[in-house]
Order: sequence, then C-alpha cells, then structure tokens
Amino acid sequence: MTDIASLLMPHLMLAPIALPMLTAALMLLMREEQQRLKLGFNILSTLIGLVIAIALLGWTDQAGAPVTMGVYMPGNWPAPFGISLALDRLSALMLVVTSVVALSSIVFAAARWHRAGVHFHPLFQFQLMGLAGAFLTADLFNLFVFFEITLAASYGLLLHGSGRARIQSGLHYIAINLAASSLLLIGVSMLYGITGTLNMADLASAIPHVDAADRGLLHAAASILAMAFLIKAAMWPLNFWLVPAYSAATAPVGALFALMTKLGVYTVLRLWTLMFSSQAGDSALFGSAWLMCGGMLTMAFGAIGMLGSQRLTNLAGYAAILSSGTLLAAAGFGQNLLTAGILYYLPSSTFAVAALFLLADLIDRWRNAGARTAPYEDDEAPFLNAELVPTTGLNLDEDEEVLIGRVIPAAAAFLGLAFMVCTLVISGLPPLSGFVGKIAMLNALLNPLGVGTSAGYQPGIWGWTLLTLLIGTGLIGSIALIRVGMRHFWASHDRNTPQLRVAEGLPIAVLLLCCIAMTVQAGPVMRYMQNAADALHSPGTYIHGVLTQAPVPNPAPILSKEQP
Amino acid sequence: MELVLAIAIGVLTGSGVWLLLRPRTYQVIMGLSLMAYAVNLFIFSMGRQGLAIDKEPVLKPGIAQDLVNYADPMPQALVLTAIVIGFASTALFLVVLLASRGTAGNDHVDGVHSRDVQEMP
Repeated sequence: MTDIASLLMPHLMLAPIALPMLTAALMLLMREEQQRLKLGFNILSTLIGLVIAIALLGWTDQAGAPVTMGVYMPGNWPAPFGISLALDRLSALMLVVTSVVALSSIVFAAARWHRAGVHFHPLFQFQLMGLAGAFLTADLFNLFVFFEITLAASYGLLLHGSGRARIQSGLHYIAINLAASSLLLIGVSMLYGITGTLNMADLASAIPHVDAADRGLLHAAASILAMAFLIKAAMWPLNFWLVPAYSAATAPVGALFALMTKLGVYTVLRLWTLMFSSQAGDSALFGSAWLMCGGMLTMAFGAIGMLGSQRLTNLAGYAAILSSGTLLAAAGFGQNLLTAGILYYLPSSTFAVAALFLLADLIDRWRNAGARTAPYEDDEAPFLNAELVPTTGLNLDEDEEVLIGRVIPAAAAFLGLAFMVCTLVISGLPPLSGFVGKIAMLNALLNPLGVGTSAGYQPGIWGWTLLTLLIGTGLIGSIALIRVGMRHFWASHDRNTPQLRVAEGLPIAVLLLCCIAMTVQAGPVMRYMQNAADALHSPGTYIHGVLTQAPVPNPAPILSKEQP
Repeated sequence: MELVLAIAIGVLTGSGVWLLLRPRTYQVIMGLSLMAYAVNLFIFSMGRQGLAIDKEPVLKPGIAQDLVNYADPMPQALVLTAIVIGFASTALFLVVLLASRGTAGNDHVDGVHSRDVQEMP
C-alpha cells in the first residue's frame, strides 16, 4: 500500500479534500427522495477516504526517513506566495482519526438518523472536506477558509433533525462561532501586517526577526488568534456553548463533533509549535503558561461537569471537554516526550467520546422504550416521525430494515460491555489505551529526558499540578461513568431487551476496537507518535520542507514532427 | 485618517459587542453584523505600509513594482473572502433566528418566557 501511495504522491495529498468535495457536489444534484443512493455514496466516499488516509499515514512513516514531509502546491506557485498543503505525521494521524470517526458516524446514521432531515449527506461530506483541509493546509488564510467550511457544515448538521432544543443551542453555537471567526480574522490580518506573510512556515521563520517594538503587537495578534482556536478547542471559560450544543445534536452528529474540539487542539498545537518554538528568539514558548493554566482549569471543569451530569449526552460532552483540557494543558509544557503522550491520548479519547455519544443514543432509547427522550424532556425531532422510529417486536416490515435490522440477542450485554470499555478509556484505567496515554504523559512529566537519564529532575509546581489533575480527573471521571453505568445497566430489570441493529452496534464496536488495537500495538503506535512529536518540536524541517518545495516546471512546448 | 478609521473601528466594535450581549436575537444579529464591519475595516488597515490613499491597484509599466508604489493586494483579498463568508453566515443565522422565534414564541436568545421579552400574539 505504501508503494502505491508513494507512486501517487504528491497528488494523493489532495484527495482527502477533493474527494468529499466532489461527493458532496454530486449529492447536491440528487433529489431528496434518493436518500438510499446518497447514503451509499456517502459511505463509499468515506470508506475510500479512510483508505487514502491510511495510505498517507503509511507514506509519512516510511522506514529509514526520520521525517517525511509531503508538500503540495495547488497553484504551482512557490511557497510564500502560493497556497501550499503540507502533510506530516501529525496531519496524517488527524486524517485517519477523522475518517474512522466519520465512517462510524455515517454507518450509525444509516440506521435511522440520516432520514431525520434534509441534506444530511452533502453537509456531512462538506464537514469532512473542511476538517481535512484544515489538517492539511500550510497557510493561515486557507486555515480560516477551511474552518469556515467546517463551521458552515456543522451549523447545518447541528440543526439536523430540527426540534426546539437543537434550534436553541444552534442559535448559541452559531453566534459564538461567528464571534470567534471575527477574532480569527483580526488575528490573521494583524499577523500579516506585522510579518508580511500568511504562510505558516514563512511566518515561523519571520518571527525571530520581528522588531522589538513590534513584538508586543505580535504577541497580541497571536493571542487573539489563539482565542479563536481555543473557543473551538473548548478551553475554560470559552466552552459554555459546548455541552448544550453537543448534547442537543443527533447522535451521529455528536460523534462527528467530538472531532471539532480536536481540530481546535490540532491548530493550537501546530501553530504554537511553529511560531513560538524554542528557536523563536525573544518569543520562544510565548503563551506556554496560559495554555497550561487554561488547560488545567478546563480539566477540572470537565471532571466536575461529568460528576454533575444526569443526561448521558451531557456526560459525553463534558468528557470531550476533559479530553481537550488534558491535551491543551500537556501541550503547554512544550516537551517532546509529553507531546508524544498527548498524541497517543488524542485518538483514543476521541474514539471513546465519539462511541459514548453513539451509545448514549441507544441507551436513552432503550431506557425510554423506543422514544429517544423521556416524556418529560422537550427534545423530540419533529421530522423523525413514527415510521422512522424502530418498531417494537421482531416483525420489521420495511424492506431496508430486513437487510440490516436483525435483533441481536445479546444486545444488552453488548451495550454494557461497550459502555465499560468507554469508561476504561475515558477515565484512563488499565488496561486500555487511555491508561497507556496517561502513563506516557505521567512518565514524561517525571522523566522529561527519558527514563534513567533524568535523575534529580523536579517537575516543579506546574508539573505536580498536572500530575495531580491527570490522576484526579481520571478518578472523578470513572466515578461519574460508573455511577451512570450502574443506573442504566444494573437497575434495568423491568425493561425490555434493547433493540439493537447491526448498523448501530457495528460502528461502536469498530471505534472501541480501534482503542483496543492501539493498546495491543502500543509500541509501534507510540514510536510513530514520538516521531510526530519530535518533528513538531523541531519545526526547522517543516519550514524548510514548505519553503524549498520547487514548483513543477511547465511542460516543454511540443515540437512538430516535420522539423528536422 | 488613521484617527478617523481607528475611531470608526472602535465605535463599531464597541456597539457590536454591546449588542451581542443583549438578550434578544435581533440585537445579537445586529451586533454580529457591526462586528463584521469593524473587522473588515480593520483588515483594510493592516496593509504592510499602513493606511495609504492614491495608490495604484494594478501594475503599470514604468513604475517600480513594490508596495511603496502600489496598494497592498493582500488585505483586499482577505477582506473580500471575509465579506462573503460573513454575509453567508449571517444569512444562515437569520434563518435560525426565525426558526427559534417560531418554536419558542418569543425572541429571547434562550427562548425562555420572561416579562421583558416580547411575546408572540
């Protein structure tokens, strides 16, 4: 597969953006009645996207080369002037995570949610396009454009299914994101005014040479820009919109939104390590204390929120906040071993939170005997009418439900086991990947130079605080999840067996199996993450790779054959 | 000119933020629009050579091709994209605003009934 990938590179890099865009464009031409055809296209396109992402991941991790960078220039102009896309290990990792979550989410939606409103499939693909673009771009302004594509699609997806709760939280979500976009534009334009470039690599090489008089302005610009990303990454106190929005969203959309906070974390990690690396002169590690402090407060907020949640979807929302707080706090330290730990923690926590969003839908439906919500809750999707709600009993009459609608006898056992795995990963209990990720972080905090070579090192007050919080939030998270588990699974004797379809069980199983696979293959995965983190903390390779990529020469004029 | 532009941006942002914090959806959308105007003006002022008037936007033969003689094209490109995206998002927000008023029966941002909120007849 790597051979095919290297044969197709660098053009394969464009595929994660072009494929969803073309699929969405094609689906926009279809009538709304052709839901099943659209669904087929959507699943097929997402599946191809996953294969491409895995091929790209394999390509970036070629043996022998410590850092492999793919740079693509869509306009064939050299770097500081034209648009460039850059692919390194971190981007490839994010692409794979996106594709896995997206595939699970769309298969889950196939069971029923995709029929709850119009234009679900094109919006879904546009969302994937925006995410892939934001992960690949090496240009601040294109980052803004791809952010807006992601957001525009997410507004539509959040409102999918309609209903009062979704419209209310959608209103808040759109307002806060429009304000964040204004901040993003202010930051981007200030950075252009100070350094004269928007290319991330060029920006990074310009920052050490900024005038001392302009440095304060540069820091202000970077802070305003960071504010926009931290709103997406849900840092406290910029995250009050998250839980209502995510818990009001339909289950597949909630799972997909688990990625959106990670987009914020990715952008912060990418831009911060590029712009304020240790080689950035007077600006080296600017904002590190803010990231650490804000991240730790976010962790505490997320954990307390988990403890106080009654609804499962709220619990999943707070789990997303906890995970992104952990990532931000640990990223703020700027140590490559710690960054490797968070890169390992990132995919597994994303998978687990996404699976929890999907599970919450099934468990709520089970608990409320078929309806998604309890009678006292005002959260019904008006377009999800009675014939779309799964019928009770075994006689499933609709054609498509016969194909995919088999009732699994062990459905309750499956739900319970899946919930248990989610608990283990989210709270970081052994033996699953959440534990491995947290141990990697704790180890890096205590031995920042590697085990055995950091004798006499003291982690300092920040280090000890993060260490305490990592363990403490794990404990609080596990208490909250276990309590919910007891209430839903052990106190369920008077309920029917849950109705579970293969299309609903499969995505959850796949997401959790990914976590288990990451645990089993922890060695190679960790090595990959370590390489990715090392590349992040020595941005010279990225800068050199993007700035020195030569444009493809124009084809030579074809000479006519008659010439002697 | 710097002073005039700075005051304009400041007033627009100030009113925008104040309106954004108001409880009614219509005020919020006006606030967001004012903020978008302020941001657009701000982007214009962020050219490499600062604010300038009477500069050529198009290359002319015989004039040295640098930013001293020509208008900075980058803020123009930025602001054009920002206007388009901001306009589209505001239009979408307007639709959600109407939907919210339809479902909640009033124009409070949280959709709650309270005395100072206009009730639908």
